[in-house]
Amino acid sequence: MSLAPHSQEVRHFHPRVRSALDNPQIRSNFRNAMDGLMSKRQNAFNGWDLESLRDLGAAVRLRALSRLPELLEQLEDNCSRQGIRVHWAETGEQACEIIRDICKARDARTVIKGKSMVSEEMELNHFLEAEGIEALESDLGEYIVQLAKETPSHIIMPAIHKNTAEISELMHDRTGTERSHDVAYLTAAARQQLREKFMKADVGISGVNFAVAQTGTLCLVENEGNGRLTTTVPPCHIAVTGIEKVVEHLEDVTPLLALLTRSATGQHVTTYVNMISGPRKADEFDGPEEVHLVLVDSGRSSIYQDQELMDTLRCIRCGACMNHCPVYTRVGGHAYGTTYPGPIGKILMPHLMGLENTQDLPSASTLCGACGEVCPVRIPIPKLLQRLRKESVDGDSLRPSVVRGHGVKRNWKERLAWNGFRWLFRNPRRYRLFGSLLTRFRWFTPSQVGPWTRYRTSPKPAAKTLHQMMNERTRGGAR
Amino acid sequence: MTDPIKLYPAKPEKVYFFATCLVDLFYPDAGMAGIQLLEREGIEVLFPQGQTCCGQPAFSSGFNDQARDVVIPQLELFPGDYPIVVPAGSCGGMMRKHYPELFAGTPWQDKAENLAARTWELTDFLLNVCHIRLEDQGEPVKVAMHTSCSARREMGVAEVGPRLLGQLGQVELVEQARPAECCGFGGTFAVRHPEISEAMVADKTEALVAAGAETVVATDCGCMMNIAGYAEKNRRPLKGQHIVSFLWERTCGHGGEGKA
Repeated sequence: MSLAPHSQEVRHFHPRVRSALDNPQIRSNFRNAMDGLMSKRQNAFNGWDLESLRDLGAAVRLRALSRLPELLEQLEDNCSRQGIRVHWAETGEQACEIIRDICKARDARTVIKGKSMVSEEMELNHFLEAEGIEALESDLGEYIVQLAKETPSHIIMPAIHKNTAEISELMHDRTGTERSHDVAYLTAAARQQLREKFMKADVGISGVNFAVAQTGTLCLVENEGNGRLTTTVPPCHIAVTGIEKVVEHLEDVTPLLALLTRSATGQHVTTYVNMISGPRKADEFDGPEEVHLVLVDSGRSSIYQDQELMDTLRCIRCGACMNHCPVYTRVGGHAYGTTYPGPIGKILMPHLMGLENTQDLPSASTLCGACGEVCPVRIPIPKLLQRLRKESVDGDSLRPSVVRGHGVKRNWKERLAWNGFRWLFRNPRRYRLFGSLLTRFRWFTPSQVGPWTRYRTSPKPAAKTLHQMMNERTRGGAR
Repeated sequence: MTDPIKLYPAKPEKVYFFATCLVDLFYPDAGMAGIQLLEREGIEVLFPQGQTCCGQPAFSSGFNDQARDVVIPQLELFPGDYPIVVPAGSCGGMMRKHYPELFAGTPWQDKAENLAARTWELTDFLLNVCHIRLEDQGEPVKVAMHTSCSARREMGVAEVGPRLLGQLGQVELVEQARPAECCGFGGTFAVRHPEISEAMVADKTEALVAAGAETVVATDCGCMMNIAGYAEKNRRPLKGQHIVSFLWERTCGHGGEGKA
């Protein structure tokens, strides 16, 4: 697999958007899938006091983040005591190297992977393949995406951009599977192909949904059983996760799990909820001999330094924000050119890649607030988008910018425009004069105003401003 | 955490009216309709001539310095302890939700918070503070409602428009697909990302047309300008009107102002 590094892709946001919008297949695949996911979520929360549950979810995450350094140490202690070897990686590359070293030490040739977005983030598969280690995705969606040599277009449903016909064609091309539009048939074929790999794999790599500090438990939520196979069949299991996934108590998992599965797929519970607390013990029949936990920072601790931006780290990766996003629904996940697409991608990726490489993302939102409204842990996504817009232009002299690549969108033209806006609107007399000139010469206002009138007519100024109407009323002795 | 519960004030003797620049320059009849509706409820409407813009365009583009400089003189315009009523969820949201953020830790913080706490979206104010009763005088008509995202999510008034329209006996409010979805305006978004914006407004317009509406009544002139402007350019059979223009026209027998 050879994909351009992320940073080169993202700069081309606009052409990607154009090509997604012009692709009727993409448009309908996403629209139909997102409509379905939105209604499933709504049904799943029927009869729940959702707002209180979201309060609880947010509180649990906030509490964990407020004590993050301490909880991570506690997690390390408790995992180590139970025989899980804990590794710390400051960058994605370091994490890849740690995983490679574990594999090499075991002479591992093949790795089977459960779904892990952080492994996508650090491009683990490319790294391992370059080192001669085969890495096979076992989540059905990830498997399809890997066959197609693509990246996930959604964090929960990686292959949501493809329909059954496309998947059938792909599986036929790559694996010789007979063409079929029968989803059950295709799933069974993929399962058969994967099952053999599970039996042979030297190492299983998975993500983590919640890492419980107090008990050293790694929670993994999934539907296909591939997560359980990945973490129990191969002799060595490596769990990899961002440092923000830690929670304090086991009881904290309950509300988060209730929120996660319902927000993500509208399920009351997933088919599998794995709770991993160590390697196989002497008297046990199954499970791996070795369990590793790789804790990846990769920019997260710099997000953590800022009280407001820290809210980004609350995320439990349910994907509800993208399911409800009118922009994501139109352009799909690949247009973003980032590991995490949609609203969460827009607020997270600038930290991981720098604003210089994600400069079109913060503005690609109407700030409609649908994402913030559904976020199970109440991340104020629109507010954070606004913050990143400010950082992009260094627009607040009272609050210095801190995000990597800040100021990337500074340019004299836009600055001039907003200085003009300020000049006009900060002075009421000047503004009223402008209003009366605009209305007097209303027929001279241009009918073409840039991109606005490419798709719409332009509004005409009124014959009189409300200021004028109210002024006349007062002087005319009306009430 | 959960949004604080809105505590509606008792019906006041006077209110301040903040028209917004879009209403002032392009849709003043909507502003006048709002003022007349308030006056018909027995409220004296104060219109400070010093008002210009809420500052939102600069703020949502990240230019906080410029936004602040525009807002600072406006903070002095409403000295009396009366509610400030705004015929737009979007500008109302800017004043109610974002002024406190914008001025946090500055010498203007108290003034900004005071102003924010007194800011009300006009239809919300008419329904829940004035307890307005509307007598429909018009011919039968089918309309659809578009509540702006800020009216819906920042000001929490999604139920208000339909309830007001529900008081009008001859008005049939038709159901559109995905009523809560954004129309794609988003202020400068429409010019920064024109293609995505077009895809959104096209879908919104088609949903409204498919619902059988002749007119879409909107809480905000921004959305109305977007939807009606798209419909006009693409010759779709749909007009836009600000909800208060529509309410005034239906209950007075004259008007028709504010049509895009």
